Amino acid sequence: MSATVVTVTSGKGGVGKTTATANLGVALAEAEQRVVCIDADIGLRNLDVVMGLENRIVYDLVDIVEGRCKLRQAMIKDKRLGNLYLIPAAQTRDKTAVSPRDMVKLTDELRKDFDWVLIDSPAGIERGFRNALAPADIVLIVTNPEVSAVRDADRIIGMVEAEEKAPPRLILNRVKPEMVRRGEMLTTEDVLDVLAIDLIGVVPEDDGVITASNQGLPVALNPRSKAGKAFREIALRLMGEDIPLEALESPNGFIRRISRLVRQGGR
Amino acid sequence: MVILDWLRGRERRSAHQAKERLQLVLVHDRAGLSPGRLEALKDDLISAISRHVDIDKQAVEISLTRDRERQRLLADIPLAKARGRRRRAG
Repeated sequence: MSATVVTVTSGKGGVGKTTATANLGVALAEAEQRVVCIDADIGLRNLDVVMGLENRIVYDLVDIVEGRCKLRQAMIKDKRLGNLYLIPAAQTRDKTAVSPRDMVKLTDELRKDFDWVLIDSPAGIERGFRNALAPADIVLIVTNPEVSAVRDADRIIGMVEAEEKAPPRLILNRVKPEMVRRGEMLTTEDVLDVLAIDLIGVVPEDDGVITASNQGLPVALNPRSKAGKAFREIALRLMGEDIPLEALESPNGFIRRISRLVRQGGR
Repeated sequence: MVILDWLRGRERRSAHQAKERLQLVLVHDRAGLSPGRLEALKDDLISAISRHVDIDKQAVEISLTRDRERQRLLADIPLAKARGRRRRAG
C-alpha cells in the first residue's frame, strides 16, 4: 500500500486552504481511507484548531525533522475518526527549519501506512510553499472567484508546472450563487476559462464553515451543510469516483458542460 | 433595442469587468513583463529600428497576446509615409 500525497495550496492567503485540507481529511477518513494531514505552515499553525485537536499537541513537524521525537509520537489521532491523524506545524519556528528534502523523506515514511497524506501549504511562493509542493503527487489549488485570488492561483499553476508535477486541479471555494446570478461574481466557467485548469469541485459560501471552526468540527461532518457536501464530493472525486457537479449557479447548460469537465479530469 | 440595452448592462456588471481585468493582468504576469517594461521595450525597439528605416513613431503599437500554444509579443510598426520620394519617382 502506498499513499497518494495531496498538497493543498493557493498562493493567496485566506481563500480556504486549511478549511479544505481539514474537510478533505475528514471526508476521506469517513470513506474509510487512512489519512494523515500535515500542517506545513510553520510559525502560523492553524490546521490543529480547525480540526479541534489543538489541546493534544505535544510534538510537531520540526520535532520530527530535527529528531526530537519519533514520527508516531507527533501524530495526533482525531477525536472522532480513528483512521485520521494530524501532524501539526511548529508554532515557534520559521519555515527554514524544514527543507523540501525533509518533507519528501517524511512523506515517504508515511506512504507505507496510509492511503492519503494531505499537506496544508502556507500562503505565498517561498520556502514553505516549496516544502509543501516537493512531495506532492496531486496538487489542489484553492481559489475564490475574485480577481486577486485567481491571479495568485495562476502564478501557482505556473510554478507547479515548472516543477513538472501532474497538472493541478482547482477547488473554487466560497462561491455565492446569488451574486453569480446577478452578474456580480465570476462564474465557475469564467475562472476555468482564465486559468485553463481542470476543476475538482465548487464549494458554496456557507456560514456553517465559521461555526464549524468555532467548534473545531469540520463542516464535512455535518450532513446538512452545503459546503460539507461539496467537500465530501471532492474527496470522492479524489478517490476516482464519478460524481457530477451539482448546479450551484444557474440551471442552464453550462453546469452540464462543467460536470463533463470534472469527469474528464478524473484520476 | 431591449436586447442591446441588456447586453450593455451585462458588460457593466462587475463580474464582466473582473474577467477582463484578470485576462489583461495575467497576460503580463505570465510573460513576466509589466506594462511599464513593455513600454520601455517599445522605446528601445523604436530607436533600434529607426536607425535603419524611417518609421511612424507615434503609431507604433506593441502588445502581448496569447493563443493556445504560447504567448506572443506583437509589434505593429508602420513605416513613415514616404510622400516626397513618391513624388520624385512620379
